[in-house]
Amino acid sequence: MLEVSDLRLAFGGVRAVDGLTFQVGANEIVSVIGPNGAGKTSAFNCVTGFYRPTGGRITLNGTDITGRRPSLIAARGLSRTFQNLRVFGDLSVLDNVRAGTHLWLRQRVFDVLLHTPRYRRSEQEATDEAHKWLDFVGLRGDRAGLVRNLPYGEQRRVEIARALARRPSLLLLDEPAAGLNHSEKAELLGLIQRIRDLGIAIALIEHDMGLVMEVSDRIVVLDYGKEIADGTPAEVRDNPAVIEAYLGREAGPEETEEVRGARTD
Amino acid sequence: MTAVPDRAKRPGPTIVTRLMENRHLGWAALAVGLVAPFVIATPYAMNIMTSAVIFVMLAVGLNIVVGYCGLLDLGFAAFFAVGAYTSGLLATRLSWPLLATVPAVIIATALAGVIIGGPTLRLRSDYLAIVTLGFGEIVRIIANNLEVTGGPSGIYGIPGLFGAEAADPVVFYYAALVIVAVAVLLAARLGRSRLGRAWRFVREDEDAAEAMGVHTYRIKMAAYIAGAIWGGLAGVLFAAQLSAISPASFTFLQSALVLMAVVLGGMGSTPGVVIGAVVISLLPEILRDLADYRFFVFGVLLIVMMIVRPQGLWPHRSRETARTAARSGES
Repeated sequence: MLEVSDLRLAFGGVRAVDGLTFQVGANEIVSVIGPNGAGKTSAFNCVTGFYRPTGGRITLNGTDITGRRPSLIAARGLSRTFQNLRVFGDLSVLDNVRAGTHLWLRQRVFDVLLHTPRYRRSEQEATDEAHKWLDFVGLRGDRAGLVRNLPYGEQRRVEIARALARRPSLLLLDEPAAGLNHSEKAELLGLIQRIRDLGIAIALIEHDMGLVMEVSDRIVVLDYGKEIADGTPAEVRDNPAVIEAYLGREAGPEETEEVRGARTD
Repeated sequence: MTAVPDRAKRPGPTIVTRLMENRHLGWAALAVGLVAPFVIATPYAMNIMTSAVIFVMLAVGLNIVVGYCGLLDLGFAAFFAVGAYTSGLLATRLSWPLLATVPAVIIATALAGVIIGGPTLRLRSDYLAIVTLGFGEIVRIIANNLEVTGGPSGIYGIPGLFGAEAADPVVFYYAALVIVAVAVLLAARLGRSRLGRAWRFVREDEDAAEAMGVHTYRIKMAAYIAGAIWGGLAGVLFAAQLSAISPASFTFLQSALVLMAVVLGGMGSTPGVVIGAVVISLLPEILRDLADYRFFVFGVLLIVMMIVRPQGLWPHRSRETARTAARSGES
């Protein structure tokens, strides 16, 4: 599905991403973890087209998407959320999710100007789709009102619903648990699994190790823009290079235990 | 995680809100326009009312660009000029009936939209404003210097909308009113479509819009072209009303006044922009008794209104109505 090979991104002399290679298979949940500044979000921004990589190759469903503009990559079946929440605050909740229908909803100017039944049907289709995904993410609260007026955790749900309304084959979630409380994180875990059950592959950046260990099929670990590990949660947990990156050299048994216990927030 | 939407009880809308959200409001506004000549029909009043109606069309066009899509355009008069000149030139030099020039005007203004928008729409906010300001002046200066456009004295002898003989100002007022009413309706409908939503996504957050597959450059171009066509068609009406056009009608002040109408009325709100345009075009006439002080008072009133009501006279409603928010089978 998604293949990233030897991805490189440099800002001047700083190598934010330095030869990253990983794959996300169909119906797979792959987490990308690493200390702050390891290049996780930079790599995501290359994959989604927001940064133009300085080297390497990215293919999505067999098509080369390296350096294409984000909207064209989205049109290939990729959808994403943002680390620092990019909902359309001054639009209604429903309109936010309707944004996801932009790529597949068909409307002709002629139908729009004359308000033909075809126009009405397509508008109703967009609204129904928005409701469907808001139900799916379990949004509590007012759907006709502005997103700005919702609490933070609900805004996160709206953002995920918006990404799902795109009907993607691959979903990139950038720190979806950031700022969520304990019970919201538990619900997020269930939500991610239900998204996978729809047949959507997921790539996830996350700092919450509990969530990552629980939900991932595979974990890719980055440090200083380089990949230092790629494997199942169990493999990664016991990888000495990973322990070193997180805890520094010569980690004692006690600290290793902390990684096992898996809570870093 | 159960998926039961919480339909919390909220206080019902006030009478004013319900009135403002009434779907038949457009008909009421049209009725006011239709009745107006029965109240006062002096040639002078008809002239001012016709100008106001044309100004509404301009404001609604700019609202697509500024209100829906969030692109600050300080040179909107350029499209007004392209429309007026295209129509005027074809009608006088080639003796086309004015109505026959409309398809040519649409093509010419759309082309002008592409030419001006092409390089500028890659820019963001402030830069865009400055460059559009420049283009607005370029169009005016070209019209001022070309021989075919009549230089500073412009074009005169432009026939009326239905030929030279039917020059009754009341008839022309009604024709303009109906044309503009349709134009306002169509612009509002564009705003409530997939395209109109994409415009608002771009206005709110270009990156997030792009991530959802909105090709922001093309979408902005579409807003620009739509705005240009509306502005150009207003130019046809303008040429027909005055029968003479000159570069002096398409100055930066004109662009600024249209923008003022949009901001004063409420960006992105159709009723707001219509009212804003009517206020901006009629207020100086109403204040005419104040003689030399009228533009001073006009300015003060605008400042006061923007302080008291920064969101505009009739802002875009933020909540969706129950009708648009309903699932199939719910309403």
